[in-house]
Formats: sequence, C-alpha cells, structure tokens
Amino acid sequence: MSDTKKLAIIASKGTLDWAYPPFILASAAAAMDMDAMVFFTFYGLPLLKKDLDLKVTPVGNPAMPMKMPFGSKDFQNVNWSIPNLISGNMPGFDSMATMLMKETFKKKGVATIEELREMCIESGVRFVACQMTMEVFGFEKKDFIDGVEYAGAAMYLEHAAEADISLFI
Amino acid sequence: MSEVTASRTLDCSGMNCPLPILKTKKEIDQMQSGEVLKMISTDPGSANDMTSWSNRTGNKIVGSSTEGGAYTFYIQKS
Repeated sequence: MSDTKKLAIIASKGTLDWAYPPFILASAAAAMDMDAMVFFTFYGLPLLKKDLDLKVTPVGNPAMPMKMPFGSKDFQNVNWSIPNLISGNMPGFDSMATMLMKETFKKKGVATIEELREMCIESGVRFVACQMTMEVFGFEKKDFIDGVEYAGAAMYLEHAAEADISLFI
Repeated sequence: MSEVTASRTLDCSGMNCPLPILKTKKEIDQMQSGEVLKMISTDPGSANDMTSWSNRTGNKIVGSSTEGGAYTFYIQKS
C-alpha cells in the first residue's frame, strides 16, 4: 500500500483492563501495515516497565463485571455484584479481582499484556515515554523495556499531526 | 473450496482478538506473492475483522466457510 496510514495513541491509564486497548490497537494497526506510535504519559507509564505488575479494581467502576473463571458455564456467567463498601475495604480484594480477570482472559484466549507488548515491538510500533511525567513520578529508564524513546508533547504532536487516527486512552 | 490450494495452514482456534490478525500477518509476511494461506479461527469477531484486514493490506480472501463455530479463510498474499 502506497498510502501508509498512521495511528497515534496516548496511553494514560495503567490498570490491567485499560492496558489492553493501546496494545491491541497498536499491534493490530501494525498488522494492517500502519505506522503506529504510543505515547505513554501519567498513569500509562508503568505499562513500559520490564516487570509488569498491573492490577484492576472494581472500586468506583460499577460497570465492571465480576465473573468467576471456573465452575459450570452458568456459574461462570453469574455477575457478582459486590458493593464498594466491601470491595473497597477488604484487604486483598484488588489482588483477587486481578487474578480473576487474568484467569478469565486466559480462558477466553486473550493474549497477556506482555505478549501484546512484545508483538507491538516486533512489528515496529514506536513507544514513547513522557519525560516530564517520568521525572514527576520518579520513574527511571533502567526500569523500562529497551527500545523506548523519551520525549515530550512536541514529539507526540509531530506524529499526531500526520496521523489518520488519533486516540486518547 | 476444492479449487483453492493452500500452501500453508494456520490454526488460530481458541485465540481471541487481536491474535488471529496478528498471527495471520506474521504468517503472510513469510510467504511469497500469490501463495494461499488457510487460516482457521473460532473467534466470531474474526469474520468481519479478517475482511477489514484484507481490505486494508490488499491480501485477498479468496474463499471462506463457517462450520460448527469454526471459521476458515483462504487468504492469497498480494
């Protein structure tokens, strides 16, 4: 294809659930012969860490289904409605919710964030870390995977100005 | 579909979005122009996704079938 399309994504969230859209879209874009760049800023920065420890919480997110990844199909389809009063106060609840989501994803044949990130890199997706937020939050380059570029708003905007698709996630 | 002969087969059964697309792209990249890849998927979303992927990349879907929750695509490399 002569007219290469460009995708520009800002990844601003670092929870397990919101880690998916930027990596899914960027890897799919690369598979569709597009030039993709993901700019990681604020809470999206931890997605670049060598060792990912992503978590998810149902607290403050009433739309999040809570499903059990085991038992009969009917049991797995039950949506456990847990009030914030319990999920927000019970120690270890987020770890449990994270474990359940990871297990459900695995059972449904969804790739892990690590796998999708690796496929992005393999297919030439550019990762840019926001230098300013790194300093504010105390992230260090040595904690991040190789191949990351470090820059600011101008570098993102230069790419986005030419982009056919631009997303803030 | 008997007139289409695939030189490679890729089984994406059990995989979910976007894996079938990513694996297909990887496989196609290793093939010669004109060769046909047979791809099997169980992801119901892949029927529309493969068409979009094909429209975008120019690799043509020369045949497809659905049987018992399995989707089969024959993709010819451009």
